[in-house]
Amino acid sequence: MTDYYKSDHLARFGDIAEGGGELARRFFDYYAHVFADGALSKREKALIALAVAHAVQCPYCIDAYTTECLSQGSDLEEMTEAVHVATAIRGGASLVHGLQMLDHVAGKSM
Amino acid sequence: MTDAIDPQTAAPGTPPNLASLEAGPKGTASLRSRRLPLAEPAVQIETLDRLDLAAAGGPSDFDRAVAESGCGLLRAGPVEILQINVGKLCNMTCRHCHVDAGPDRGAETMDRATAEACLRALDRLGAGTVDLTGGAPELNPNFRFLVDESIARGAHVIDRCNLTVLLLPRHRELPGWLAERGVEVVCSLPHHRQRNTDAQRGDGAFVKSIEALRRLNAAGYGAGDPERVLTLVTNPAGAVLAGDQCTMENDWKRSLERSHGVRFDRLIALNNLPISRFLDWLATSGNLQAYMELLVASFNPATVSGLMCRSTMSVAWDGTIYDCDFNQMLELPSAGPNGAMNVRDLDVGMLEGRRIVTGRHCFGCTAGAGSSCGGSLESGGR
Repeated sequence: MTDYYKSDHLARFGDIAEGGGELARRFFDYYAHVFADGALSKREKALIALAVAHAVQCPYCIDAYTTECLSQGSDLEEMTEAVHVATAIRGGASLVHGLQMLDHVAGKSM
Repeated sequence: MTDAIDPQTAAPGTPPNLASLEAGPKGTASLRSRRLPLAEPAVQIETLDRLDLAAAGGPSDFDRAVAESGCGLLRAGPVEILQINVGKLCNMTCRHCHVDAGPDRGAETMDRATAEACLRALDRLGAGTVDLTGGAPELNPNFRFLVDESIARGAHVIDRCNLTVLLLPRHRELPGWLAERGVEVVCSLPHHRQRNTDAQRGDGAFVKSIEALRRLNAAGYGAGDPERVLTLVTNPAGAVLAGDQCTMENDWKRSLERSHGVRFDRLIALNNLPISRFLDWLATSGNLQAYMELLVASFNPATVSGLMCRSTMSVAWDGTIYDCDFNQMLELPSAGPNGAMNVRDLDVGMLEGRRIVTGRHCFGCTAGAGSSCGGSLESGGR
């Protein structure tokens, strides 16, 4: 590989079927159902996807769900709050492990 | 007529000059006033036609896209909506305006004789709805005349309102006046929050729009009364398609009620068509190619049967007849047997069954859920 993360991979996502059409079909079918209006609206799902995209640091998903959030009527302030939710959970996930450290320190110390 | 004030000649002490920020937010200035080549409809059409849209995957010729979807040729049915564009004068200059309207467009204003010709046309067509648009239609001195005479003929009247025009001192009584007559007010508001609204319509547009909505609410609009329908229209503030209007309507109702105590009856979500100022923005921001590919790739055959051009007659300030307000701005008149037609010598028999004049801009009305002056074409019964 000469470089990683090519932007045209997003538009070519469907090519993943080349090595396994049935699994791809099931995945994309499932995917479409996940993002349909349900108990949560398409707009809410797009904001969740945007936050998760930042947590998993997927550049394709960030592009795709930035556009989708705008399309579904979210604005920059709402989208920024969603990214901060992802950031808070990521940060909190590290910090809460500090309790394990704390307990360990307590067990080892006089 | 208190409205008959020419902003160019208004004496000191009269209502504010429409060009002032006090009279209305200004997101930009008209293409015409900036003497840009894209101010010319022919340049706009050429700009769209010379794009290579092969990457979009579908036919990039609109008539071919319609034909290949099994819908045949796009032909006009009976006229149900008489849309009258009374002129390009506006107290605002929004960045996406497909009319290139603004305070500098006062010369292109419908006169009384043409307004009377529109009413004679209404008599002959028997259209159920009269849709008044502009510019800001309320600024035309014949606006109230057209409303009253259309209602006298039994038509449902729509006022396409930019909201901020209601704050001009001379329009203080207008919400009550419209309410008394049962006029549906269809208001432009890009977003239920400030950022995207001001980005598209100019600084201060959101705050003024909310104040105007409060005045409409106070006049009885937005409370579910079928005689006082308050409709909001949203266009995306950027190069994306309009979202699902039913989903958005619920979000908007919650947000506007909770944050501002404002109510409305329904939301219409429209795609921006790639013409005039939105086209200029697409081109200068580097979004034109991708947006046109998006429109072509998102062609949805389910939208074709509900396209407004099939049931609308669109009349320009000078009386010329068009298939829709967008064609009007591109100066593509309806195709009568002898060429362009004028409302002053209308032959009703020449309208029905005529072939709709199309171009690449039409992909804006068939993309995704579809757009029209009536909103999304796919949600059924809306």
